[in-house]
Amino acid sequence: MNKFWIILFHTYLNKLKTKSFLITTLLTVVITLALTNMSNIIEVFDKGGGKEKVAVLDETGQLYVPLKEQMSALNKDLQLTEFDGSEKEAEKAVEEGEYAGIVQLRYDAEQLPEATYKAMSVADSSIFSDLQTGLQQMKTMLAASKINLTPEQLQQLYEPVSFEKIALEENAKTEEELNQARGLVYVLLFIIYFAVIMYANMIAMEVATEKSSRVMEILISSVSPIKQMFAKILGIGLLSLTQLAVLLSVGYFSIKRNLSSLEGGFFDAFGFGNISLSTIAYAVVFFILGYFLYATLAAFLGSLVSRIEDVQQMITPMTLLVVAGFMIAMFGLGKPDSPFIVITSYIPFFTPMIMFLRVGMLNIPVWEAALGISILLGTIIFLAVFGARVYRGGVLMYGKSNSFKDIKKALQLTKNE
Amino acid sequence: MVLKLEHVTKRFGSFTAVKDLSIVIPEKEMFGFLGANGAGKTTTFRMILGLLDSSDGRITWDDQPINYSTSHLVGYLPEERGLYPKLKVSDQIVYLARLRGMLKSEAVSELKYWLERFKVPEYENKKVEELSKGNQQKIQFIAAVIHKPKLLILDEPFSGLDPVNVEMLKEAVLLLKENGTTIVFSSHQMHHVEEMCEHLCIMHKGTPVVHGSLKEIKRAFGKKNLVIHADFPLDSLKDYPGVVKTKTTAEGIHLQIDGEYVAEKILKDIVNKGFIRKFDLEEPSLNDIFIEKVGDSYE
Repeated sequence: MNKFWIILFHTYLNKLKTKSFLITTLLTVVITLALTNMSNIIEVFDKGGGKEKVAVLDETGQLYVPLKEQMSALNKDLQLTEFDGSEKEAEKAVEEGEYAGIVQLRYDAEQLPEATYKAMSVADSSIFSDLQTGLQQMKTMLAASKINLTPEQLQQLYEPVSFEKIALEENAKTEEELNQARGLVYVLLFIIYFAVIMYANMIAMEVATEKSSRVMEILISSVSPIKQMFAKILGIGLLSLTQLAVLLSVGYFSIKRNLSSLEGGFFDAFGFGNISLSTIAYAVVFFILGYFLYATLAAFLGSLVSRIEDVQQMITPMTLLVVAGFMIAMFGLGKPDSPFIVITSYIPFFTPMIMFLRVGMLNIPVWEAALGISILLGTIIFLAVFGARVYRGGVLMYGKSNSFKDIKKALQLTKNE
Repeated sequence: MVLKLEHVTKRFGSFTAVKDLSIVIPEKEMFGFLGANGAGKTTTFRMILGLLDSSDGRITWDDQPINYSTSHLVGYLPEERGLYPKLKVSDQIVYLARLRGMLKSEAVSELKYWLERFKVPEYENKKVEELSKGNQQKIQFIAAVIHKPKLLILDEPFSGLDPVNVEMLKEAVLLLKENGTTIVFSSHQMHHVEEMCEHLCIMHKGTPVVHGSLKEIKRAFGKKNLVIHADFPLDSLKDYPGVVKTKTTAEGIHLQIDGEYVAEKILKDIVNKGFIRKFDLEEPSLNDIFIEKVGDSYE
């Protein structure tokens, strides 16, 4: 078998067997399962809680019934009961946990409803705001009937204004589509971000481990450093794809199984209802390109350090680049068409995330995406050629220093003067 | 299959690590490199292996440059020992052997042979970090020779080993030589080189100061050692013409002399002075030559 493949599979199989890899995979599978079953999980907890009960102390004797009608339309989980006892008794019942709170209803000077809400704590604002909406509606209705408006007039008053958003650009995404795309892009951006950081780190560590354990010198006397570097990058790449394949298939089947219960809920909003194939295709392309860009960078940075402890320090600037790209992408989710996002999408270190954000959320011309990908590809090739030279010298360098001056030193080692 | 270095020079920026080194190492020979730290031995080895390109000159083996297409014929034991600490001995030797072009099954059976030979068969399934330093070195040695290389480069193979293990490793090296491997090795310890090498090269600050066959070097050196033990004072010999260096010992005196003729004259002069218990004319040791050529800076 070709030496390239020997190294590739050695790297792949060895990493696959490590405890840390198995644990992270297991953990992410658990998290994926939890996320995709979120609605079921919430339901389980909600059942224990049951309906919230609120006692109504109606001083007017007239307002309880209309309020209950309003509330049943607003929130089915909020149950109103008329309380016959005194205020003190009601407060005691709340303290004992029988009710979530008390609403006291009375008329103000204008003969319009007025209310006080009492509860053990006012941290749960949802009951309060639901009640407020209900009271507001009741008050409007009462006020309207006081000034003798006809039901037609009333309806006109309440009718919402007709207001629609239409994008003039051809093929532009509608508001709803944009929201869906945002959810999908957000999730995929996260995957790209974490994968790039995690696997680039892994490569740098791998190279540095071989160097610090001095096995490197034997390796480079049998296989050229360039072959080694790319076998390693591809081996870890294969590993990342394995992990992603596990995660995605777990996620996919879990969603599929729960599809009926998820319809119309959280998942539709996140755009999983009708996943756009082109977005997924772009995600794969940008994931792979982003991986190669940062993996190459990490491999040659890793080749410059002589001790494992120095790896983190060496690759920090690279990690910051990834974080910066992610931050810009987060900003871009709200404003994907701003000039800042357009410009940064052509900067190769940001392209994998930001150009993906643009193709995912907007309908940009194909040439723009192609240009971004070409610049990215060019940078990867440049980094690979340059990185391979640094790597070749770097792996022979041992010393305390671990600064970027070493890049120059490493290049000098490989030079024929 | 002759290894030829022709006017090889290596510069790192303004620093010259190896300067105009020309050596011919015949097939199936054992060639020794001597030199203090920083003399350019490791750089020379790295150039022979093709890890570094020479700035000037040419290195050929069998008239071909050494590169990755010949790597299955070359074995290398680096000066800095290192193996994957977390991997099992068998896993990493097989991995390294496959990178030298061996099949997995061959590598496994060869590894068994070598572990038996070094009397450590139980290490096959141990992790390297669990082994002592000396035993790690044996494993490293196996990694260098398992694929039966035609050219073997050993950078300080015996450093840090106890005498029993040094003997074991020496035997293995000699066996490889008998089987037709050309061996180049470096050492700080003169007696290893003196004992094992037909040809050698002493390097000093990147320059080869002495090079040739052991016998020729000794003959060319000219100077000899003379040991005299006698019952009468020998201090007067310190200023004797032809005596280069003297060292007084409890029983007598050690002299370094310019040649045999000096010994003859001394003997004539002192033979009537009293009882001489020992009068011994010795060949110069490699150590003497080394110190003479490289200077006292070497400890």
